[in-house]
Amino acid sequence: MTSNVKAGTAPRIQAVNDFVIKFANVNGSGSASANELFARSLLRMGVPVSPRNIFPSNIQGLPTWYEVRVNEHGYLARRGGVDLMVAMNPQTWASDLAEIEPGGYLLYDSSKPMPASKFRDDIHVLGVPLTDLCATRYTDPRERQLLKNIVYVGVLAAMLGVEPEVIATLLGEQYKGKTKLLQPNLDAFMMGLHHGNEYFDDALGLRIERRDAVGQRIFIEGNAAAALGCVYGGATVCAWYPITPSSSLAEAFQKYCSKLRVDKESGRNKFAIVQAEDEIASIGIVVGAGWNGARAFTTTSGPGVSLMTEFIGLAYFAEIPVTIINVQRGGPSTGMPTRTQQADLLSCAYASHGDTKHVLLFPEDPRECFDFSAASLDLADRLQTPIFVMTDLDIGMNHRLCEPLAWDDSRTYDRGKVMTADELEAGKDFGRYLDVDGDGIPYRTLPGTHPSKGAYFTRGTTRDPYARYSEAGPEYLYNVERLLKKFETAKELVPQPVLRKAAREARFGAIFYGSTSPAMAEAFDALQAQGVQLDTLRVRAFPFSAAVDRFIAEHETVFVIEQNRDAQLRMMLINEQGIDPARLMPILHYDGTPITARFIIGAILQRMRAANVEPIAARQGKAA
Amino acid sequence: MTYLAKPRLHHPTLPHNKLGFTRRDYEGKISTLCAGCGHDSISAALVQACWELDIEPHRVAKLSGIGCSSKTPDYFLGASHGFNTVHGRMPSVLTGANLANRELLYLGVSGDGDSASIGLGQFAHAMRRGVNMTYIVENNGVYGLTKGQFSATADQGSKSKKGAVNSDTAIDLVAMALQLGASYVGRSFSGDKEQLVPLIKGAISHRGAALIDVISPCVAFNNHPGSTKSYDYVRAHNEAVNRLDFMPRRDAITAAYAPGEVIEVTQHDGSVLRLRKLAEGYDPGDRLAAMSHIAQHEARGEILTGLLYVNAAADDLHGHLRTVDRALNRLGHQELCPGAAALAAINAELV
Repeated sequence: MTSNVKAGTAPRIQAVNDFVIKFANVNGSGSASANELFARSLLRMGVPVSPRNIFPSNIQGLPTWYEVRVNEHGYLARRGGVDLMVAMNPQTWASDLAEIEPGGYLLYDSSKPMPASKFRDDIHVLGVPLTDLCATRYTDPRERQLLKNIVYVGVLAAMLGVEPEVIATLLGEQYKGKTKLLQPNLDAFMMGLHHGNEYFDDALGLRIERRDAVGQRIFIEGNAAAALGCVYGGATVCAWYPITPSSSLAEAFQKYCSKLRVDKESGRNKFAIVQAEDEIASIGIVVGAGWNGARAFTTTSGPGVSLMTEFIGLAYFAEIPVTIINVQRGGPSTGMPTRTQQADLLSCAYASHGDTKHVLLFPEDPRECFDFSAASLDLADRLQTPIFVMTDLDIGMNHRLCEPLAWDDSRTYDRGKVMTADELEAGKDFGRYLDVDGDGIPYRTLPGTHPSKGAYFTRGTTRDPYARYSEAGPEYLYNVERLLKKFETAKELVPQPVLRKAAREARFGAIFYGSTSPAMAEAFDALQAQGVQLDTLRVRAFPFSAAVDRFIAEHETVFVIEQNRDAQLRMMLINEQGIDPARLMPILHYDGTPITARFIIGAILQRMRAANVEPIAARQGKAA
Repeated sequence: MTYLAKPRLHHPTLPHNKLGFTRRDYEGKISTLCAGCGHDSISAALVQACWELDIEPHRVAKLSGIGCSSKTPDYFLGASHGFNTVHGRMPSVLTGANLANRELLYLGVSGDGDSASIGLGQFAHAMRRGVNMTYIVENNGVYGLTKGQFSATADQGSKSKKGAVNSDTAIDLVAMALQLGASYVGRSFSGDKEQLVPLIKGAISHRGAALIDVISPCVAFNNHPGSTKSYDYVRAHNEAVNRLDFMPRRDAITAAYAPGEVIEVTQHDGSVLRLRKLAEGYDPGDRLAAMSHIAQHEARGEILTGLLYVNAAADDLHGHLRTVDRALNRLGHQELCPGAAALAAINAELV
């Protein structure tokens, strides 16, 4: 058994509550729950963390990583770079080592001797004989494997100063009522802790110190939050087809419905969930339920949207409420199914043949996944059209600190314009596609409403305002132009953009959306600290409201920051708002990893330099 | 003018059903299909069946895909909501509509191209889920609306109007439905209203997935010698296993038959299907025997018609999903929203 510490040539990175730890594991080895335990323990000590799972499209045997950014200032974006690598996967050893910052740390399993050539000189190496420790203590091979992960959590707790009681409490919560599982886990943790205290005193320059920087915030995955939004927003029908990274959303909807939506008296369900045979059937079920007056949604990712497009066109033209939650991943084709991107804007905004346009909502975090999912069900009923909630893998499948979910009990559902039996009986004129209010939104009736009035035939073919089949040009124009008017109405109903102004007047602006939010917030602060004046606008929906036009008009140049190759939001701004392309400068990050503040700052400064702009602070320095 | 309204003049002597409706109240717009089309006879049979069952027309939802058959829901039950959906995808839309409101009757109308070609997957999955519906395939073995291409139910060796011979094996939707777990399966012929009307009535009263495959000759593109879906061919090769009498729950059962010739099946709503047996030893309650019987007759070139299989004890998708009795679309925010207190409790667990 050999525990060793080998100092590197570069000075040790010293940091308190501000560093990045990355765990390199083999998937299916039970590392996920140990790593999550570690992340949660820091939160319980009041220190914000943002963990990210970087996983393969595979169940067992391939490399997987868990990256934890610790940051007491609350910056939750991926930082980039690694201060401490817990290298548990020989397959990725070389690339994992290469990622460590000079002066950073490597923790590895030293049970088997490794040649010196396998290491780097400029990093500090901590060898822990994890396999040997477990082999000595446990006899069952499965236990040896699983508990190895808990042992390294114990070693880390000792080195970083994580309070052991916090971990013990978390393990107690995790294995509540399962004493048989709790005891070996506690034992393994303590073994690691003692080992760490004994052999690695002051081996690490990274420390965790208790703070009160988490506050009331909750720690939840965007998919779970979106599922809760659908429960609270009144969705009763969910149809879906398994696809990464959206499956856990449908599964969370099932879980929360089983808890919150079962009729107490009868024990029966106030919801219906169908795992359909494909995405075409999923959207078909949602269209049928929406047509019949139930709130319905489907959840999918890019390839699923591709399959759904014919139905999306029908729902647009026949004016049927539909909610589609797109948890975006890397495309095209199967692309990077377990990596994140914002690359489905165009395919969703203009999904289907013919002239179509759809409403898109861009949540920034789990809290907005909840808010926007609930809102999308109201918007779908109000606008009688498909509504897309455009989340992504980074928000959807990672636990993220965010404001607690909130609901106002005085809120009721907006069911939109549904003509009732009484109104029909009273002789109110019903034209299914008649614009009576001037907002482009007609009234609808639900099947079975009235014995002799209000029935109509729904179709994807042209019709007159009274839903009678017609191939006449003027009737067609009446419909498609009314749909444009409806889209105009949507501008005021969707979530409005969020403006953040620099301390002084700024010539430059930046537009961003969705999961770019935490990286942009961090970049804003860092640029501001350097004296770089940059206003930012977080776009939260398409169609774009007038505030977006104003923001662009007020700045000489606007950076449009996106996580896709083709600058899709920029294209939409140019085409829909008629903006001069020269004024919209794309900043694009699309390698499948979440965008970082480092990347944004670097890209913005480079472009500013190219435009001969110096930070105000720097100019002042020269003048003095 | 691309649609034809039907004159609303009613003949004073038309008989009324128990709700006071005449058959006219169950009609729709004037059909725009070709004169003599089998599909119009099926529409007429649907009108007759709904009228005889005393169904309130607005309590029916009619859904269809795309094609000649899928146009027909506009030509019957004008007081019902209808939905002409996407080619081959009616089953999913009907499933969703049914989930939203279990209190209506769902009528799915499709064709052989719609259900056996582009929509075979959706057809199969709706059957295996046991969606409570009457699913009618108006089967003419040909694409009528695009002028005469073979469909997937066209028999191997049959000839198109232009003389092309179909070399592909035919898909038998009845055999598939049996294999997939449909709980009411029948086949009929658009020219045999006497058989078709009670078959439809039985299907509407059935709880679960009910399929009726109706051979419906296409007078424009598939009614020539060499076709196996022509009026002449079907009349010559029709082999009925039984004759169905449908008795709603309210009617006293008076007809008498010799024992051994009649099978009575009581459905969940109390209605009785009385089957006068025509084929020796045929038992419509035996799914495996039904599958074998169909296969044997198909091999002989005979088209087996009648009620081929029924499981009156079947449950439907709502039963499988354990949904509440009340229609989901009538639940309001009080019933659906768990409220702020429950959310606060969830938040408390998320740290």
